[in-house]
This record gives sequence, structure tokens and C-alpha cells, in this order.
Amino acid sequence: MKILYFAWVRDNIGYSQEELSCPEHVRTINQLVEYLKLQSEGHARAFNDMNAIRAARNQQFVTHDTKLSDADEVAFFPPVTGG
Amino acid sequence: MIKISIQQEDFDVSSEINSMNSKTIGAIATFSGIVRDSSESSSLISLTLEHYPGMSEAALKKIANAAKREWSLEAVRIIHRVGRLLPEDTIVFVGCASAHRQAAFDGCRFIMDFLKTDAPFWKSEETQEGSFWISEREKDKKASESWLLKNT
Repeated sequence: MKILYFAWVRDNIGYSQEELSCPEHVRTINQLVEYLKLQSEGHARAFNDMNAIRAARNQQFVTHDTKLSDADEVAFFPPVTGG
Repeated sequence: MIKISIQQEDFDVSSEINSMNSKTIGAIATFSGIVRDSSESSSLISLTLEHYPGMSEAALKKIANAAKREWSLEAVRIIHRVGRLLPEDTIVFVGCASAHRQAAFDGCRFIMDFLKTDAPFWKSEETQEGSFWISEREKDKKASESWLLKNT
């Protein structure tokens, strides 16, 4: 699974993307986040408040209970502030 | 015609307006968003715009299509700049061309309201005290939600 990070989510984690093969029990965005939080202190910090995190699956906004497959591109970022 | 650009370079507003013109157009409404000093504690040095390449283009296209359908716009132009910008620089440009002014005005407002909540761009402010990510504004969320209420 390809995982991308933007804005302060990336700043906390320290890099902008990673490629992970997740264990079988990781089937939703929420489960992926729980798994990622174990990867480093930076991950844990980035995902500390999930109300401040938005997610995209294959470049579409999705809710945190969305199901994932290994071929997905998943992105995590704060609420958008463009324009 | 819909044309979307995400770019670092500045652009010329008047040539963008001219490019939307045609014989059946009676009105062209435009919006320009400018870098302003909104930091309360210290003055702004620069603003850096980050985006999610691929998704940002698709999101803007989706918003432009929705506006074009709703108001039968003949042309929609969106330019969103990314990278490091200075106070008074243009961040975003939206142009809507139509037979009549009301559709052009409404289309512009609709596109900006949804661009603020549905397009993956993020601003970070560089100030005398350091760099800070800008937080989402409740007012922006309400503005795009109000369009959805109108349609129910």
C-alpha cells in the first residue's frame, strides 16, 4: 500500500510517502492509522487527534471507516486551507 | 470549456479574461485571491502553498463541472498557484463566462466556496516568529454547506 502525507502530518512523520505491506487485520483507514501509530513517535504524534485528520483513498476524500485494499493509494492530511 | 491550472508562476489576469471571451458571452465574472497578512502576532513574510498533485487537479475539475452544469456556464477558468508566495501575490483566480451576469457571479462564488473546503491545498505562513500551518476556518465550511442546503 502506498501512503502519502501532507502538511503538518508529513512534518510530524518526517517524510512524505512510504510503501507498506500491512498485516491482514488492517482493513480500514482507522485500522491502518492504529497500525501506523506503532511505526514511530512521529506517526503517533501525527495521528494523535483523528478529528484533525482527513483521508483520501485513490485521490478521493473518504471517511475513516472506509475499507482498503493493498493496491490503494492512501493519503493523510489536515483539513484543507487553499484558495 | 473548462481549463484548470495549478502552477508556481504568476499569470496575467487580463489575458485570462480575454481567453474566455466569445460571441455568445454577455458576462465574465472573476475572483482573485491575494496573499494578505492575517497573522495576529507578527507580520507575514511569505505564504507557502502545498497541494496533492493529481487529486488537486481532479478536485478543481469536479467543482468547475458542477458549476458549469448548475448555471450553464460557457467557460470556467481556475488557476491555483503553489509554492512560496509573497504578500500582494495572487494565490487563486476563478473566471466564469456566461450569457448573463447572475450565472457568472453565482458560478464564481460557488467555485470559491467549494475550492476552500474540497480541494487538497494547504497554506503555511512564514512569520518573524517561525512557520505555522494555517487552520481550517469554520466560516468556510458553513459557506460551502449553505450551497448544499439550497439544493434540498
